[in-house]
Amino acid sequence: MRKMIDIKHHLTEPLLMGYAAGTLPEAFNLVVATHISMCDSCRAALAEYEAVGGEVLLGNDPVDVAEDALAATLAMIESGADVSAVVKRAPPPSNKGIFPAPLRQYVDGDLDDVKWRKIGGGVSQMILETSKEASVRLLHIPAGTAVPDHGHRGTELTLVLQGAFVDETDRFGAGDVEVANEDLNHTPVAEDGVDCICLAATDAPLKFNSLMPRIAQKFVGI
Amino acid sequence: MDHTKKSLASDPTKYGRRNINMKVETNVSPKTDAPDGMLAYKGLGAKDIRSAGVKAVNTDKMTKRMAWVAQVTAVRDERDKAAFAEIFGYFAPRVKSFLMKSGASPDLAEECTQEVMATLWNKAHMFDPVKASVSTWIFTIARNRKIDLLRKQRRPEPEELPWGPEAEPDQADAMGLQQETAKLGEALATLPPEQRKLIEKAYFGELSHSEIAAETGLPLGTIKSRIRLALERLRHKMK
Repeated sequence: MRKMIDIKHHLTEPLLMGYAAGTLPEAFNLVVATHISMCDSCRAALAEYEAVGGEVLLGNDPVDVAEDALAATLAMIESGADVSAVVKRAPPPSNKGIFPAPLRQYVDGDLDDVKWRKIGGGVSQMILETSKEASVRLLHIPAGTAVPDHGHRGTELTLVLQGAFVDETDRFGAGDVEVANEDLNHTPVAEDGVDCICLAATDAPLKFNSLMPRIAQKFVGI
Repeated sequence: MDHTKKSLASDPTKYGRRNINMKVETNVSPKTDAPDGMLAYKGLGAKDIRSAGVKAVNTDKMTKRMAWVAQVTAVRDERDKAAFAEIFGYFAPRVKSFLMKSGASPDLAEECTQEVMATLWNKAHMFDPVKASVSTWIFTIARNRKIDLLRKQRRPEPEELPWGPEAEPDQADAMGLQQETAKLGEALATLPPEQRKLIEKAYFGELSHSEIAAETGLPLGTIKSRIRLALERLRHKMK
């Protein structure tokens, strides 16, 4: 299932640290977890940030727990209540699958199971359900097509899952992640050949002037 | 399961004999006699770890860390409640502190801490001393519980790596990892206080970088570059 791919654009330090610390919005966590599933160097870097978290935990002033805390915990264990059992398993990968496990969980399947909706200019999307602080969507950009010129109010993460796109900054192929902020106005264009599939998260509405009137954005929250 | 119902007080000496006397020895013990591949991803047994050799920089700290490894391994392999009590006694108050600093009320933090420690018991089979130190592993459990309970979010996790043939656990690897982590802890403790505080805030607080900026009155760019500096210094100390 895992292919060796040549990744040039990696997660930034604040993103890795935020993921390790558990302080990122869920939508960003999904992009980070999906990239790490494809990228061994970011996986190794994450392990380091988690180790820092462990040492921060150790260096922390202890706070007294309840007198019966140990007994209560042992009772919880004996009752068989497994609080950690809520984790939903990813559906198994399909033959033609390209989605890593964390993404398969959110799509409830692979590329073939995505419910695309057209958003104009030949581009389609599927918004994935996460907490409200940020949003994440799959984008399908036909080969050779441009995504309308847009700016960003917050941070936008775009992870390429298939194909590639090129914008004013560089070329982004499968596994690459582009981290854009307020400073970047870009027009990503999907390369010729294979259609480009991306996972894109943002913590603020994109400034797609023509597609969504400002007022509607405020009420709908996208 | 029967073995989970053993009383905590049933055999206090058993635990002490096996683990408290753990020494850091200077020569590597012979390989275990398990059939090839059988141990490939089961990790190490408590006895293997006790007898593994290393020349530690700081023997006291390493002894403590290897004792945690032996304790979690005893929980994993033998469902040892006395070992669990040791781990609980050290880590539960620190996990509670972490959760309170992350914004949990004392009551919620208490409840959540007990759940974290119960998860440690339930997920002990996933502990692998070659992949993570005990402090790292408990931190990740506490972090996940925090996201679940305090932030009410799902936590997408990276896909598990398939176990390769090189995954056979090695005592020296486990030692080496615990030692690296101990060094990291020392490096963190000797950072200048402002730098250490920034890193702690980034991990403990529900504070984004911009909120840290608002709280400290420093510009956002400064916060980001100071965190980067602190991390660079940490890395430098690790060399």
